[in-house]
Amino acid sequence: MLFSETYDVVVAGGGNAALCAAISAARAGRSVIVLEGAPAFYRGGNTRHTRNMRCAHDGTAPTMTGPYDQAEFLDDLYRVTGGETDKALAQLTIERSRELIPWMNKAGVKFQPPLGGTLSLGKTNAFFLGGGRGMLNALYRQAEALGVVCLSDAPVTALSIEDGFFTSATIQYEGLPHQVRGRTFVAAAGGFEANIDWLKQHWGEAADNFLIRGTPYNRGDVLKMLLAHGVKPVGDPTQMHCVGIDARAPKFDGGIATRLDSVVFGIMVNRAAQRFYDEGEETWPKRYAIWGRLIAQQPDQIGYSIVDSKSIYMFMPSIFPAVQADTIGELAGKLKLDAAALEKTVADFNAAVRPGTFDHTVLDDCRTEGLAIPKSHWARKIDAPPYYAYPLRPGITFTYLGVRVNEESRMVLANGKTSGNMFAAGEIMAGNVLGKGYLAGIGMTIGAVFGRIAGEGAAKNARN
Amino acid sequence: MPATNLPRSAALAEADRLMTICNACRYCEGLCAVFPAMEMRRTFADSDLNYLANLCHQCGACYSDCQYSPPHEFNVNVPAALATLRNDSYAQYAWPRILAPAFARNGLFIALTAAASVAAFIVGFVAWRDPAVLFARHAGDFYKVMPHNAMVVLFGAVFVYAIAALTLSLRAFWRDINGESDLRAAGEATADAARLTYLGGGGGGCTSENERPSTQRRVFHHFTFYGFLLCFASTSVATIYHYAFGWHAPYALTSLPVLLGIAGGLGLLVGPAGLFMLAQQRDVVLTDVPRRGMDTAFLAMLFLTSLTGFALMAFRDTGAMGILLALHLGVVLALFLSLPYGKFVHGLYRYLALVKYAREKRTATFVD
Repeated sequence: MLFSETYDVVVAGGGNAALCAAISAARAGRSVIVLEGAPAFYRGGNTRHTRNMRCAHDGTAPTMTGPYDQAEFLDDLYRVTGGETDKALAQLTIERSRELIPWMNKAGVKFQPPLGGTLSLGKTNAFFLGGGRGMLNALYRQAEALGVVCLSDAPVTALSIEDGFFTSATIQYEGLPHQVRGRTFVAAAGGFEANIDWLKQHWGEAADNFLIRGTPYNRGDVLKMLLAHGVKPVGDPTQMHCVGIDARAPKFDGGIATRLDSVVFGIMVNRAAQRFYDEGEETWPKRYAIWGRLIAQQPDQIGYSIVDSKSIYMFMPSIFPAVQADTIGELAGKLKLDAAALEKTVADFNAAVRPGTFDHTVLDDCRTEGLAIPKSHWARKIDAPPYYAYPLRPGITFTYLGVRVNEESRMVLANGKTSGNMFAAGEIMAGNVLGKGYLAGIGMTIGAVFGRIAGEGAAKNARN
Repeated sequence: MPATNLPRSAALAEADRLMTICNACRYCEGLCAVFPAMEMRRTFADSDLNYLANLCHQCGACYSDCQYSPPHEFNVNVPAALATLRNDSYAQYAWPRILAPAFARNGLFIALTAAASVAAFIVGFVAWRDPAVLFARHAGDFYKVMPHNAMVVLFGAVFVYAIAALTLSLRAFWRDINGESDLRAAGEATADAARLTYLGGGGGGCTSENERPSTQRRVFHHFTFYGFLLCFASTSVATIYHYAFGWHAPYALTSLPVLLGIAGGLGLLVGPAGLFMLAQQRDVVLTDVPRRGMDTAFLAMLFLTSLTGFALMAFRDTGAMGILLALHLGVVLALFLSLPYGKFVHGLYRYLALVKYAREKRTATFVD
């Protein structure tokens, strides 16, 4: 019977990290159950919205332009985190990232070379054929073929833990509570980005205006239980990765198709039709990542990216059409902004634009002069009608708070001891490595590397 | 936006909606030709959508890989939307236009054509000769029942008509999608069609039957397609024998026309039966449900062509030959008559779409 057995390994979560752990433990001959809280279609948490994995490699990977050596990867990681990373775990992540492509291939995951729009990542990131859901489906097929019991719509509602030692999880499954007993536990249940109430603890009512890029099931329940049971936290509890996305996106699960990359091509204004940050500060991908937080700090957590007909075809659009008008005043009307204020903002901006040679692929010499908030690059006058606008809101991708782990992916308790049988992998412990910032595809790397380590460690632990 | 005042069909509007979502996502770009072709565009005119619809091989991979497929509120189902639009496009480009409705109720159309055609042969044999001829033993000599010249004139005329109708239909499509002749692209498209490069979800196989990728559909399609070609080769060789060498049927079992016919006929039994079996397993959500009969009708016609051919070969020395000949010729005639107005056209439209794609891949750029 499903719930009478004591499993060698109980995995909470059903994404990349959870399945890497489950597959690794099952290959070591252990009995494994995967408890995914979301319904089958939404299984996998943020994995279903990913599309690639950052891997160090020697340049022989067939779908990658390379090579990407470990030192360069480490430099990139140090740069984006500003040093907020556990160096030993960071090095471990990068060292073991070299094994991921063959490991994934063996598990049935296929890769493809990047095509349009993502060529810049061809050297550092291995792209999944069919994206994250395709990858996830392959991992589930592999896990099931190895005899792993995979339940979806089976959220963990309580954990029995004594002195950092796991004995069972309570789940709600098919309308009833069940005890799932296990010899070891792997927590791979993600962060709390979809838990608006939790976000409100740090962001107040503004969190009501945040859009969540992943499913509504990333509530951080397991994370919260672990912290309550005395597991040591890691990562800034107030921080989240947050990008500017189309304000018309659904509240949850809009994913990649709602992102907007228009900001650098024009100006960004707030509800008061005022600019609030240098739109030409940085180059991709950072420029894309800073705007979520900037907009979150504006009134009503909304911003408007305004471009003219020179630029409208220069960026990947979201799935929603741009708001279009023949004059700035008319555009303001359609956006319900103060027309005079927007006209003045645009006029002031246009007057400040210095001549230069526009090239959006480099930090060019098109800039403004004399504005309190400059635009340092890619500044071109907004003077070629029709004019276009996209409303943007903060889109929350993931949170940084997690549980502390050691190099065995074993949880570290608040009292400094390590857990006897609890491991963590994926977003729930990513803060150990990525304490701050963002590096495309690193979440999947951390998930797969520590998922494997956790699965192997739990398998060994369960045998003792 | 397309410069037209006519309201778009629901199928075009849905395909446009989906391509706009897919073009902002692009996770499926490695699966087949549809998504890279989509990425070369930013907006989608009707002709673009008809082109993309005919590029789609309906393998289902993009559905099982999609983060936005139902129950997601974006409700992205590319295989079904493009299947519907593709079937619409066959009707849209059909020549003459008056026969376009044949695509809407294709099962009925094919069934009536087949029945009428078989009946015409039986009545024809009886009226032309006399009822006794139909049931007599002729030692495998078909021409005792229907003279060779009569067969040639009838089938030749129908064949020429089918070729003409197909050519005019395809020309309308080719012009609409701004196809340009390109030998190198034609060569690449031929290779892609011969291998069914894009009926495999980018390498894993079709997921149209279930979420486990499988190459079965490609295998059965190969049986069908190459079976058809072998049968065509058999007939062509026989025609050469007849006119160039004066060697008249019936041919020996070990002769080239018969060997080619047997090999092709086996392909046309195994292939359509396998494809039919897979179609029964397929999740209907991936298909153009109201017009699934079009696929079944074509598979049935191919299967029956082969089955009646084998029956004729097996019993050609008995008194059943006359009736079996009427049956076989009736089915073949109906198959030929319905070539321009049934599932057969999918291969030709898709081939032209592949030619355009092969050229585009070389000359166009991705939009981002």
